[in-house]
Amino acid sequence: MRQRSLIAITAALTAGALTLTACGSRDDSKDKDDAGGGGTTVVIGVDAPLTGDLSALGLGIRNSVDLAVKQANKKKYVDGITFKMESADDQGQPSSGQTNATKFVANKDILGAVGPLNSSVGESMQKVFDDAKLVQVSPANTNPAMTQGPDWNGGKKTRPYKAYFRTATTDAIQGPFAAQYLYNKAKKKKVFVIDDKKTYGAGLAATFKDEFTKLGGKVAGTEHVNPDTKDFGAVATKIRNSDADVVYYGGEYPAAGPLSKQMKKAGAKIPLVGGDGIYSADYIKLSGKDGKGDYATSVGQPVEQLPSAKEFIANYKEAGYKEAYEAYGGYSYDSAWAIIEAVKKVVEDNDGKLPSDARAKIVDAMQDVSFDGVTGKVSFDEYGDATNKQLTVYQVKDTADPAKGWKPVESGTFTG
Amino acid sequence: MHELPQQLVNGLLLGSMYGLIAIGYTMVYGIVQLINFAHGEIFMVGGFGALTVWLWLPGGTTMWVAIPLMIIGAVIVSTTVAVGAERFAYRPLRGAPRLAPLITAIGLSLALQQAVWAWYPNAKSSRTFPEIPGDSIHIGSVTIQPGDLFLVVAAPICMFALGWFVMKTRVGRGMQATAQDPDTAKLMGVNTDRVIVVAFALGAAFAGIAAVAYGFRYGEVNFRMGFLWGLKAFTAAVLGGIGNIYGAMIGGLVLGIAEAMATAYMNDIPGMDKLGGQSWADVWAFVLLIVVLLVRPQGLLGERVADRA
Repeated sequence: MRQRSLIAITAALTAGALTLTACGSRDDSKDKDDAGGGGTTVVIGVDAPLTGDLSALGLGIRNSVDLAVKQANKKKYVDGITFKMESADDQGQPSSGQTNATKFVANKDILGAVGPLNSSVGESMQKVFDDAKLVQVSPANTNPAMTQGPDWNGGKKTRPYKAYFRTATTDAIQGPFAAQYLYNKAKKKKVFVIDDKKTYGAGLAATFKDEFTKLGGKVAGTEHVNPDTKDFGAVATKIRNSDADVVYYGGEYPAAGPLSKQMKKAGAKIPLVGGDGIYSADYIKLSGKDGKGDYATSVGQPVEQLPSAKEFIANYKEAGYKEAYEAYGGYSYDSAWAIIEAVKKVVEDNDGKLPSDARAKIVDAMQDVSFDGVTGKVSFDEYGDATNKQLTVYQVKDTADPAKGWKPVESGTFTG
Repeated sequence: MHELPQQLVNGLLLGSMYGLIAIGYTMVYGIVQLINFAHGEIFMVGGFGALTVWLWLPGGTTMWVAIPLMIIGAVIVSTTVAVGAERFAYRPLRGAPRLAPLITAIGLSLALQQAVWAWYPNAKSSRTFPEIPGDSIHIGSVTIQPGDLFLVVAAPICMFALGWFVMKTRVGRGMQATAQDPDTAKLMGVNTDRVIVVAFALGAAFAGIAAVAYGFRYGEVNFRMGFLWGLKAFTAAVLGGIGNIYGAMIGGLVLGIAEAMATAYMNDIPGMDKLGGQSWADVWAFVLLIVVLLVRPQGLLGERVADRA
């Protein structure tokens, strides 16, 4: 009996080993063929929530990367290289994100990844990508610790992962920017701060609160909510009975929309303010008429107002995607384009061929990428953060047509 | 403490929704000793049934016409799914070990979620639900929102109707008999198969009504809503004593009020400032469940120990 099982195990191991070598040799031969024929395929992975609550933003990210890939192929931007997009769905869950990252790393053709949307998902992916020296560019992660280390607030900035870059600005800027606008321009003095305890929401709420109190504002109350239940009745009552004149919510639109609606129905007729996580047409759908007057900050200038974005918007329309590009479309396009630029540099430095250590070379090349993108000048500082630190305050002016409800109120650059 | 009346009302409203859903768990358990974990999803499809009716109605339909039609739509979809599940998923397993139907229920729950996700138009993110127009009603310091009025009216009506049905009608008494002893009930001429179908259908109808209330209260329905609400309603059913329909309602109300109180006041207790607020409300709800079950293992109103399942 024992002998027979031993034979079985050996047989299985041999079969497994054979399969593995077979795979390896096939890959090798393909690489050689491609190098000779000049038709190498480079895959850019996209990880975003394509289903679930946050899919409106996630699908916008995927479509925009797809558009960048198609444009690069159409223009034959990198000689001899055909780009392809491969998308993976993380459903906003850190565990799914990590699985997807591992899958991307295992695919030899993938030389760069765009995504994810959520900071908490991004944190779970950083190490996987960094170990594999696979470059990752997030269009939407805003948690400062991801590029500047856990002690960024204490003045000791260290970059934890060399392969991680982002085109989005951080909460270290976004929260204080909202605080300055509310205190100085909108004349709000007492704030009720709520967050959803996720990496993004809690971080954003904390940076907002620090700056708001530093300016002289008062905190009328704080609350943490579970974004999965849509019942905020008890919280709404607390807000109504506090003397706050504005509510700041650190989190995303699936919870923020119902929260805004419920607190106003409960009698607290004060605006809700949030970060880029609530800057979505779906926020207006969920909050309905009650969303009117609410504010959101988002990274960069409004895409529609940038001359550089005209081409992007026109191409996006022409490509006929079913979903809108949403808040991160321009940043996703630029993220993908940054990878394409880095690939171009690496290929050109290597006489028009992909080097064998392409992934590591691309990470190095990414540091020096600089081009005029959809959202302005795209380049990265020593931490991998975008050098473009523009922000815009938006307000819900019109709830009849959610797609056009957010109107820019003020754009600016945050200065300390 | 000036917000206490409002918080009690918030808790009661939340609790009546838990109670309405919990009835489905408790009735099915009382009769076939099955914890129907797909019940949360039956609640969810009811919400989409109501939404579908609303989308079919012509643009200018007033709410007074739309609401009854939406209730009918929700109830039809919920009961059809529940009765179908009973017929094709649970009945073939009637004599099987307890774990088989339980696992079937979990599988069914996933299947229903994914079916709505995949085939209902634009259901991959939240779908907006119509609003009941009108101003909030103020009674003293208490505000009741128009979206809650539906629940305020529907929940008590449902409860009394159910009590009457179970106590006074032939089928209702058949249900009681089957719950006490299925074999003897059969010998006495009770059609137990029909009784079981009725139990599934009734529970689903209440879940459908709860789903309409959910839509009006929160302004959206989504394919994931059945999971958390189903879990809470199941907790309510256990808290009240599973198998007892009044227990389900009481359990729901206690759970709802406990959550509202935990959100509102836990922060104010010295030393507890980190353990309060809405994100901790679930924790306190389950602490309450554990404490109740330690003192009264049969639940608040339970007549028998949940020994099986």
